[in-house]
Amino acid sequence: MQFSLRFPGKLGLGRSRMGFRGGFRPGLRGVEMRDLGRDLQRFQWRLAVCAGGVVFLFVLLLLRFFYLQVVQHEHYLTLAENNRISVLPVIPNRGLILDRNGAVIAHNYSAFTLEVTPKEVPDLNRMVDDLAQVIDIQPKDRKRFRKLLDERHDLDSIPIRTRLTDEEVARFAVNRYRFPGVQINARLFRHYPNGDIASHVLGYIGRLSDRDKAKLKDQGVAANYSGSDYIGKTGLEGFYESDLHGVTGFEQVETDAGGRAVRTLRRILPVSGNNLHLALDLRVQEIAERAFGTRRGALVAIEPATGGVLALVSRPGYDPNLFVEGIDSQNWEVLSNDPTKPLNNRALQGVYPPGSTFKPFMAVAGLELGKRTPDYTISDPGYFTLGGNHRWRDWKKEGHGMVNLHRSIVISCDTYYYGLAVDMGIDNLHSFIGQFGFGKRTGIDIPGESGGLLPSQAWKQKRFNQKWFTGDTVSIGIGQGYNLATPLQLAFATAILANNGVVYRPHLVRQVEDSQTGDRRTIEAEPFNTFPLKQDTIDRVRAAMIDVNKPGGTASVAFSGAPYAVAGKTGTAQVVGIKQGEKYDGSRLQEQHRDHALYIAYAPADLPQVALAILVENGGHGGSDAAPIARAVFDWVLLGKEPKPPKEATPPPAPAAVEEERSD
Amino acid sequence: MINRLFRFFVRHLDPFLMAVVGTLLAVGLMVLYSASGESFSRVGSQLGNFLVAGAVLWAVANIPPQHLMRLAVPVYVAGLALLVAVMLFGEISNGARRWLHIGVTRIQPSEIMKIGVPLMLAWYFDRYEAILRFKDFVVGGIVLAVPVVLIALQPDLGTSILVGAAGFFVLFLAGLSWKVIVAAGIAGGAALPVLWGMMHDYQRQRVMTLLDPSQDPLGAGYHTIQSTIALGSGGIFGKGWLNGTQARLDFLPERTTDFIFAVYAEEFGLFGNLILLILFLLLIGRGLYISANASTLFSRLMAGAVTLTFFTYAFVNIGMVSGILPVVGVPLPLISYGGTSLVTILFGVGILMSIHTHKRLVKT
Repeated sequence: MQFSLRFPGKLGLGRSRMGFRGGFRPGLRGVEMRDLGRDLQRFQWRLAVCAGGVVFLFVLLLLRFFYLQVVQHEHYLTLAENNRISVLPVIPNRGLILDRNGAVIAHNYSAFTLEVTPKEVPDLNRMVDDLAQVIDIQPKDRKRFRKLLDERHDLDSIPIRTRLTDEEVARFAVNRYRFPGVQINARLFRHYPNGDIASHVLGYIGRLSDRDKAKLKDQGVAANYSGSDYIGKTGLEGFYESDLHGVTGFEQVETDAGGRAVRTLRRILPVSGNNLHLALDLRVQEIAERAFGTRRGALVAIEPATGGVLALVSRPGYDPNLFVEGIDSQNWEVLSNDPTKPLNNRALQGVYPPGSTFKPFMAVAGLELGKRTPDYTISDPGYFTLGGNHRWRDWKKEGHGMVNLHRSIVISCDTYYYGLAVDMGIDNLHSFIGQFGFGKRTGIDIPGESGGLLPSQAWKQKRFNQKWFTGDTVSIGIGQGYNLATPLQLAFATAILANNGVVYRPHLVRQVEDSQTGDRRTIEAEPFNTFPLKQDTIDRVRAAMIDVNKPGGTASVAFSGAPYAVAGKTGTAQVVGIKQGEKYDGSRLQEQHRDHALYIAYAPADLPQVALAILVENGGHGGSDAAPIARAVFDWVLLGKEPKPPKEATPPPAPAAVEEERSD
Repeated sequence: MINRLFRFFVRHLDPFLMAVVGTLLAVGLMVLYSASGESFSRVGSQLGNFLVAGAVLWAVANIPPQHLMRLAVPVYVAGLALLVAVMLFGEISNGARRWLHIGVTRIQPSEIMKIGVPLMLAWYFDRYEAILRFKDFVVGGIVLAVPVVLIALQPDLGTSILVGAAGFFVLFLAGLSWKVIVAAGIAGGAALPVLWGMMHDYQRQRVMTLLDPSQDPLGAGYHTIQSTIALGSGGIFGKGWLNGTQARLDFLPERTTDFIFAVYAEEFGLFGNLILLILFLLLIGRGLYISANASTLFSRLMAGAVTLTFFTYAFVNIGMVSGILPVVGVPLPLISYGGTSLVTILFGVGILMSIHTHKRLVKT
C-alpha cells in the first residue's frame, strides 16, 4: 500500500511532490513539504562523496602497502628472518696433542654437565640451594656459577657442576621435575692424562675471558668462537690455538615465537681441530722430570739434526687440569704464592748467567776469529788482570798452571777465557757468539720466551747510557757479567755446535695433522740458517768437551762407565757476587743465594742424537748436580736404560744425596 | 521443474555480488588454511559458517525491503534491551562484558546493532522523508548514540566504532548538514582530551602503541610490530601460499581472525593486496550502485549504510594490521575466521540483494 504511491527516484525528478505522504500520517507535521527530487540529487551527491572517500582511503592503504612492501621490504625481510632463524653454533672437537711416539698428552673426553638456563629460573639462589640437596655443589662451583652469570651474558645456559658421576646423573634425573630450567648436557672436556709431566710445554686451556674475546675480535676470528667456552691460554695450547680449535659448525634452525627449534634448515658440520704430533718424547720428558726430583730447574733436550725438542722441563710443574674449567681461587692462591714459582717456565722465561757453559762457544770464537790457536798456552796464576789492581779470580785459587785450549775446557779454566774475551773485544764477541742464538729469542713454538742478553757496546750505551769498559768484557768470557741466557738458548746453542753449525729453529711440534684429510704439515723442516765453521774448530772443541766427561774432567763422576761418548761442559752461575778476596762457600749461604748448577752436552759425540742444557737452581755445581740428570736422559735415549729407581720408594732423590758427590 | 526450482532459488540473488562475495570467501578460505597451519578442521568449521551465513543471506535477500523495514523498531528495541541486559547480567570474557547467555547459546547483542542501528535510522528517515527537519537529525543522533555508548562501555571500542559509523552513514546520506558535521568534528576534536580521560587503560595503551609500537614490543605493540613485519617481508609478490613464516611460526597473534590480512599480505605481497582491495572496491561499488538506484529512501539509506559499513570494516581492519590505525577488534569482512561476523556481513549483503532484486516489483 505504502510503496504503491511511491516512484523510483529518477521518476521523482523535477518539481514533483508525489512522494508526499503527510496525508497518510494524520497528526504528524503536515504542512512543510520537501523537494524530494533535490533530496535524491543530494543523496546521490553524498553517495559520490562517500565513493570518493572510499577510493581515497584505499589509495592511502595502497601507499602504506607500497611503503612497507617495497620501500621498507629489505628491512622487514631481515626482521622476519631474524625472527625465525637462529643460528646455533656447534663446537668442534679440539685437536689432540700426541708425543713423537703417538702417546696422548692432551685429549678430550665426554662428560655430563649440569647447566642452568637463568631465564627460566625465577629464583636462582633458591634453585641452587635446592639443587645442592640432590647433587654435591661445592662453594667453588657456586662461585664460578656466579662469576659466569655476571660475565657471560651471551651464554644461554651456564654450567653449575661439571663432570657429574653416573650416580649424580641418575639422582638428578629422578628429581628433574623439581628443577625447570636445569638440564644435563654432554660436553667435551680437555684432559691432560700425565698430570704435571710436560705441563710447561702443554700450557693449558681455560675459560674464554672478556679479554680473550676482545683479542679474538681484533684478529677477526670471533665468530669462530661463538659457541666456544674454552681457549688455549699458554704453552702449546696457546701457541697452536688456531690449529687446535677447529672450525665451529653451525646449525641454522627455524624457531617459533617461543624460541623452540621447529626444524633444522641448514647444518654445517664443525671441523675438528688439527692434531699436534710433537717432536717431544714423553718418556724422555718423564725421565728428565723425575731426575730433577724435588729440585728446581730446567732442562731442554733438542734433536740436533732437526731442531725438534725431545724434552722441555721446568721444575716444579703444576697440574694443567686445574685450569681447564677456570682455576678456582684456592688453587690459584696456592700456585701463585708458592715460593718455588711452579707457574714460571724456567726453560724459556728464566734467564741465568750461562757461566762456564759459555766457554766452548768462546773457544769456537777464538779459533774461528784467529784469536787463539789450539796450541796457544797460558800460564794461569789463578787470576787475571788488565794491568791494574783489580783481579779477576779463577775458580781455582791457586790456578791451573799451563793451560791450552783443550785443557781450558776440560778443567774449565777461567783465566784463559778472561784473556780471550779481552783479546776478541766485546763487539766481535757479540756478533760471533750471537750466531749461536745468544741474546735473541730462539723462536720456539710456545709463547713467553725471553731473549736473554748478550751485551755489546751499543747495548750498554742504550741501556745505561754508559761507555763500555774493557773491564766489562772480562767476565763476559766466562758467561758472567751482563751475560744472561735461558736454558732453551743454551740447548739451542749446543745443538748448533753438535750439528756442525747447521741451525734448526727449535720446535716442539714436529707435524700438524689435518683432522679432515690426515695430511701432515711439517714444522721447521728446513734449516733456518747455516753457520759456517771449520771442521778443525768443531773437532777440537768437541774433543775437549768429550774429555770433560772423562776422568780428569769436571763431569767425569756423572759419566763414569758410560758406553758412549758425551761432549759436555759444566757450568756454575753465580747468583750473588762474591766480594774481592772472599771465598764462595755454598754451605754458608742461604739456599736461594747458592750458585746455579749448569750443564750442556750432546751425545753420542760423533753422531749427536741429543743436545741438551740443564739448569738446577741453587744446585751448586754443574758437574755434580746437573750432569747426572743428563746421564739419565742419555742412558734412556741412547741405551734404552731406565734410571735406577730411587732408593726411597716414592719421594725422588733428595738434593742432599746428590750433594755428597760434590767434588770441587 | 529443476529449472524452476533453480530460478526460484536464485531469483533474488545478485550475480555480481555473488561472484565478488564468493571470490572473497574463497580467498579467505585459502588464507585460513595457511594461517591455521593447514588445519582442515578449521577450514571445515569455516565452511559450516558459510552454510549458515549463506542461508541467512538467501533468506534476507528474499525478504522484500518493506518487510525488513517493519523489523526496524522491534530489532532496535530488542537490541537495546539486550545491551542493557548485557550490562547487568553479561558474561565477562577478556575483561569485557560482551556476551549474554540465552538458554543454550550465548549471543553478542552488539553484533545485532550493527544491522539494527542503520535499520532503525533508515526506517526513521524514510518515515519522515517528506518533512525532514533538523530536529529529526537530533532524534537520529540520539537513536545512534545510545547503543554506541552502551557498547563502548562494555567495553568494545571496535564494535562501537562500527555501529557508530553505520549510523553516521545513514545520517550523512539522509542529508545531515555539512555545518553540523564540521561543528561535530570540531567538538569531537575538542572532546578528545575528555575522551582520553574516560578511556580504559587498555584503550589508551592501544592508542599509545599505535603512535609508537616499539614502545611496548612484547606487550601491546607486539601485534602491530609482528603484522607490519609480515606485510613488509611479503614484498611485491609475497612469499607464496603456505610460505609465510611470520604466521606459520606463531609470531602473528590472532592470525586466523583479526590479523588474517597479515597472513594474506605476507604470502601474496603488494600484488595480492591490490587484488584484494579491488575485490573490496567491486563489492563496495556494487553496493553503492544498488544504493543509488534504489527505489525508496529506506532502501537507499540502508544499502548505502550497509555498503559503507563493509568499507569501514575492511579499512579499519587493514589499517590496523598495516599499522596506521589502532588495534581494535575488527575482523576483515569475508576473510577472517568466525561465524558471527560472517553472518552479520552476509546479512548485509542479503539486504543489498533484496533491495536490488525487489526494485522491479515496485516498478510494476
